[in-house]
Amino acid sequence: MIEGAIWRKWVFFYAPMGLFLLFLLFPFYWMVITSVRPDGELYRPWNAINYNPFWTWKPTLDHVRYLFEETLFASWLWNTMFIALMSTAISLVCGVFAGYALSRLNFPFAGSLGTGIFITYLVPQTLLFIPLAEIVRNYRLGDTPWSLILTYPTFLIPFCTWLMMGYFKAVPKELEECARIDGASRWQAMLYIIIPVAIPGILSAGIFAFTLSWNEFIYALVFLSSPEQKTVPVGVTSELIRGDVFFWGPLMAGALLGSIPVAIAYSFFVEHYVAGLTGSVKG
Amino acid sequence: MPQAPRPRLRLLEDERWLALVLLVPTMVLLGMFIAYPFVRGILLSVTNSRVGVPGEFVGLANFYKIFNDGIFRTSVYNTFVYTGVTTVFKLSLGLWLAMLLNRNFRGKAFTRAFILLPFIIPTVLSTFAWKWMFDPTFSVLNWLLYHFGLITGRINWLGDPDLAMISIIIVNIWRGVPFFAISLLAGLQTISPELNEAAAIDGARPWQRFWHITWPLLLPVTMVVVLFSVIQTFADFQIVYVMTGGGPANATHLFATYAYQIGIGTGLLSEGAAISLAMFPILFLVVIIQLLYIRRVEVR
Repeated sequence: MIEGAIWRKWVFFYAPMGLFLLFLLFPFYWMVITSVRPDGELYRPWNAINYNPFWTWKPTLDHVRYLFEETLFASWLWNTMFIALMSTAISLVCGVFAGYALSRLNFPFAGSLGTGIFITYLVPQTLLFIPLAEIVRNYRLGDTPWSLILTYPTFLIPFCTWLMMGYFKAVPKELEECARIDGASRWQAMLYIIIPVAIPGILSAGIFAFTLSWNEFIYALVFLSSPEQKTVPVGVTSELIRGDVFFWGPLMAGALLGSIPVAIAYSFFVEHYVAGLTGSVKG
Repeated sequence: MPQAPRPRLRLLEDERWLALVLLVPTMVLLGMFIAYPFVRGILLSVTNSRVGVPGEFVGLANFYKIFNDGIFRTSVYNTFVYTGVTTVFKLSLGLWLAMLLNRNFRGKAFTRAFILLPFIIPTVLSTFAWKWMFDPTFSVLNWLLYHFGLITGRINWLGDPDLAMISIIIVNIWRGVPFFAISLLAGLQTISPELNEAAAIDGARPWQRFWHITWPLLLPVTMVVVLFSVIQTFADFQIVYVMTGGGPANATHLFATYAYQIGIGTGLLSEGAAISLAMFPILFLVVIIQLLYIRRVEVR
């Protein structure tokens, strides 16, 4: 693409790209190296002599062992997985239905409903967490996974609906009409003809919703209180810090292991994820 | 021969009834957990409830109190600085990265997948890695700066109000650049290369081509990405909560972290609700701008 001498390619392409990659990926390298480094090496002042921060010759799994033996990390992983899967499933069902109705059916107030859903898409969690904490308590959902399974869809459904509307709009009207001429009901045409066509969209919305719920923090922080109910982000934050003491080895090991499920899900569906991300922006 | 629809389903042949049935689950969930909390939040903010105490109507006393609260004012100021500075950096770096990614090179798909990692990995978890990198005693950044000869003593990143603010801004930029880059890349890919080639044949310099072709054509996508990011950044919580907890001495609070500290930390529910509701007018304005803008683009 770049015309001219080779040095230009280095200056205008490889060097900036390399710096970007270093900036964006170094924290993950740091996470990995810290989580296998023994405590004795970890807590050496930054200006100690002969200190090489970027490598260790004595890798250890002590921090991982600590996580699984001394903390409830396994339960946190399970809780997060359960909550993320359930809220994603609920949001997908709601979002696909709502997206179908808003993009393919004629009914009064369709336009204003669509706008309403778009606006809720933009409501950040931090706007409502205090009254919501009270409501969750009143419904007797406090400190249960259901407090999150039912509230996460509030930021997932609008996104799924918005994305699905885009996919449904692209499906030609004739497809449905053909099915109905062949005797299918509206419901059947939707379920067996239109929704299967939009499966790539459903995958995108699903993978995106899954990563968003895995990432959610403030609701989980406020609604859950007992250690065995917590999700990974909240558990790591509240149980691996005692007062002012940070257990950096286990913390980084927890951060790493807590990221792996999302990273795996992401790696399988990169293309769908990117489609979801860009679709959510283009609308 | 397909069966005739059962009577129960005949109602669903009417578009209006089908739409209603399909929208009910969404409406119920959004009503219960967005609309209702919003109303509750407003009601809460005009009482003096605390945890376990229902409280009485006090009018706008909470708002009056927070507007005279020095820490609240600092949080408002911080939120604007945080949003403004990070958005400028995220947009310029993101656009640069998008232009780099828009070329053909080996390992492109792979690079793109890795670049999105900061955005995928749970923010709280990756922010801990940053906090550890900024640790006053064991900071690897200090080690680097020291060994490059840029500093002689240690830098106490999170102990000084200004440096702490800079630190959280860096983390936010780090997290946001991939989102900008990938979204803008999608926008760039819709711009036909022939336009640039034609301009190049007519003798336009690369900078002119960017300014007169790429930038105007990318503007609609850019606007939407910026407004999304502004809303998220304005209401941000996680990065500050983990990095500084609002400290040192309440110098780095944003709306959300201060609302958390007052509402949940000290249990003054109404005052906390008032603080987070104070974000609403500004967010509302941003949403209105976004809607008007999208409508204008659609009309064109």
